[in-house]
Amino acid sequence: MSLTATIGDIPRGIPASEAGPAPKRIVVAYGFWIFLLSDVVMFSAFFSAYAVLVHATAGGPTGAQLFNQVSVAIETACLLASSYTCGLMSIAITRHHRLGTYLGAAATFALGLAFLAIELNEFAGMIARDAGPQRSSFLSAFFTLVGCHGLHVTAGLVWLIVMMAQVATRGYAAVVQRRLQCFSLFWHFLDIIWVWLFTVVYLMGVRP
Amino acid sequence: MIPLGKLDWSAIPFDQPIIMAASGMMVLGIAFVLGWTGLKGYWPYLWREWLTSVDHKRIGVMYLVLALLMLLRGFTDAIMMRAQQAVAAGAPGYLPPEHFDQIFSAHGTIMIFFVAMPLVIGLMNFAVPLQLGIRDVAFPTLNSVSLWLTASGILLTNMSLVIGEFAKTGWVAYPPLSELQFSPGVGVDYYLWALQISGIGTLLTGINFVTTILKTRAPGMGYTRMPVFCWTALASNLLIVAAFPVLTATLAMLLLDRYLGFHFFTVDSGGNPMMYVNLFWVWGHPEVYILVLPAFGVFSEVTATFSGKPLFGYRSMVGATMVICIFAYLVWLHHFFTMGAGAGVNAFFGIMSMIIAVPTGVKIFNWLFTMYGGRVQFTSPILWTVGFMVTFVVGGLTGVLLAVPPADFQLHNSLFLVAHFHHVIIPGVVFGAFAGYTYWFPKAFGFKLDDRWGKASFWCWFLGFHLAFMPLYVVGLMGMTRRMQHYDVLSWQPWLLVAAGGAVVILAGIFCQIMQLAVSIRHRERLRDLTGDPWNGRTLEWSTPSPPPAWNYPVLPRVDGIDAFWRAKQIARVHPAQPAKAREYEAIELPRNSPTGFVTAFFAVVTGFALIWHIWWMAGLGLLGAFVTLLVFAFRRQEEEEIPAAEIARFERTRQREAVP
Repeated sequence: MSLTATIGDIPRGIPASEAGPAPKRIVVAYGFWIFLLSDVVMFSAFFSAYAVLVHATAGGPTGAQLFNQVSVAIETACLLASSYTCGLMSIAITRHHRLGTYLGAAATFALGLAFLAIELNEFAGMIARDAGPQRSSFLSAFFTLVGCHGLHVTAGLVWLIVMMAQVATRGYAAVVQRRLQCFSLFWHFLDIIWVWLFTVVYLMGVRP
Repeated sequence: MIPLGKLDWSAIPFDQPIIMAASGMMVLGIAFVLGWTGLKGYWPYLWREWLTSVDHKRIGVMYLVLALLMLLRGFTDAIMMRAQQAVAAGAPGYLPPEHFDQIFSAHGTIMIFFVAMPLVIGLMNFAVPLQLGIRDVAFPTLNSVSLWLTASGILLTNMSLVIGEFAKTGWVAYPPLSELQFSPGVGVDYYLWALQISGIGTLLTGINFVTTILKTRAPGMGYTRMPVFCWTALASNLLIVAAFPVLTATLAMLLLDRYLGFHFFTVDSGGNPMMYVNLFWVWGHPEVYILVLPAFGVFSEVTATFSGKPLFGYRSMVGATMVICIFAYLVWLHHFFTMGAGAGVNAFFGIMSMIIAVPTGVKIFNWLFTMYGGRVQFTSPILWTVGFMVTFVVGGLTGVLLAVPPADFQLHNSLFLVAHFHHVIIPGVVFGAFAGYTYWFPKAFGFKLDDRWGKASFWCWFLGFHLAFMPLYVVGLMGMTRRMQHYDVLSWQPWLLVAAGGAVVILAGIFCQIMQLAVSIRHRERLRDLTGDPWNGRTLEWSTPSPPPAWNYPVLPRVDGIDAFWRAKQIARVHPAQPAKAREYEAIELPRNSPTGFVTAFFAVVTGFALIWHIWWMAGLGLLGAFVTLLVFAFRRQEEEEIPAAEIARFERTRQREAVP
């Protein structure tokens, strides 16, 4: 019947849209990109809530009074460096280099954990100064936006542990590699969100 | 004593006879179904073949079953409201205010999230992979997770009937009314957690279908060769991906306000309730198109098939779909012109709302020109379609009227508005879903639905709809606001009596549909479809047997144009096929069934219930359970199972024998 074909017998020179189902590696990464885009949309809602409420301090402290540029700079350095080590891990994975993979993952994990520790320390300090999320709408929006990013980092750290367990037990099986590829996308995406967050919250927040 | 948070025996409303009777019926119904299937020994079969299935066709069918069951629940709410307003002229009626408030909130929430959404998602699940000529969606197990998370939200909403209460805030749950200060009960929490859990399921569906449609089409299925239903499904899922995260974020903010004392939408400490309204409709308006675009797709398929002609203006149809997809984001403010944003802003959103009627008009003309000059067969799917066109145009016109800000200042929050949005959603989404249900039923089950009962159902719905909602325009213009438990203007009552009569006629339509299903199952041998192509269809799904095997296509189809199956049939008529050669088939890998979705959803219900009642230890256990379930899934060894070539060859031989009369 003229209605059937097998994958692979597409002649050269036909449009990519007619090439048939993409390989699984592409499909998985593509789906994950779509998920990341949806996450960007969710963050955009929190960003806009923050922008609406940034001046609604209800007589409480403002960003300029609360933010410590030095600790935020260290925090940022940790997260950006962790993206670099995550990139090194990806190189090790493509070469199926176990030790490199573990070292890269360990460095990424440590830097991510340091980022989280500094962030939680900042939160604890603010709450101790009676500048917790219940104080004003501005602080509600601040804690939600920054905290949502922090939750993503936490989820990333848990995911990284699970992935290392998978590498240990199943090596570089195709499915493990696809998941590591998604993890890498996720981790870099967190950096991009942080760059926005750093700009909108911490840089614009201390503008005189 | 185990600490159970806010939960104790006072949560069950023993003093409310109506609620207790309804709850009793629901519990008895569930117990009967569980008991009957258990006695008959169906449980292992249901678990193996349905509950753990990752087959898109079965997931689609389960979505539709959920939606139709919830339609009965939502309709019960509707007829109770109509009855209350019919008798509550200068009198208290039979429903106390706090119960009436829960009923209209539950009606809206259920009809949008748990009827309309599962209807369109179910149809997309069933039809899109078949139309694209592929074996499943991009992520089959994720698809099962989506289904069961939706079911979790449904279960939580129904639990609120028995244990505690549902929101009394309306389905939009605007703050500050929905804040803890004014709604201290668990009703709003049921609403929030049910929507958060099912919302995650919907988002995963969106990701899954965008990836499926953009990356896994059959060879040769270029973008401009896709059936229009696939295009509308793509637009709808793009909207899901871009809109549902906003709802998740918005409801999360309200949850933080209610649980941790944050100040996003409170009236003190700088909170901004109007921000909720804005964010809600940034999701809410695209949601309208998430629902109606796939229905437009169904109408396109039905019109072309039953007119025996290719769809008129395929490219303009695709263009109109994508224009609506984008414009869906530029009109949200028309839901609250009275916010006071000023003339400039209101004028912009008013004009955008009117412009969006243009691509919709393009579609109406395309359907009309498709029918023009065709041999239209008046089966029940085409009746739903024609009924939709006639009704929807009028409903759309009242929408254009509401898009004029000065008119809206008079009409907003009146029954005129209620009449308007039912006037577009019922013909648009509900008629579309019924057309799709009738159209694809033989593909799913191998026999057609009885057309006489189908037509009777259509006429009851069509007449009942007009009787039920046209009077609401009138009382709306007379000044009756929505959600009134009782009223003192006696001149409204005749109109509301007519509306209640209309609801009874719709009830007759629903009865006809139940009869249609029963009669069709009884006479299934007479209605059997052996060819796989009962309607002389145009698109690929009709080239498979009815019902299709788990693998859909023994060999992936090769597409060389629009309406691929129709073309193949035309070619076969001119060049009659040679006696079929013994074909070589290859083994097919299919994803293994997995209980991941069902078990995750079980833990989601536990977590949601625990959070609603502040039972923190149980919430922790639920989250841990869901996490462990996902870990078990991540570490499973065998992901696919192989269907051997011999089995496929045997299936195809049997099929060819049967198809020859």
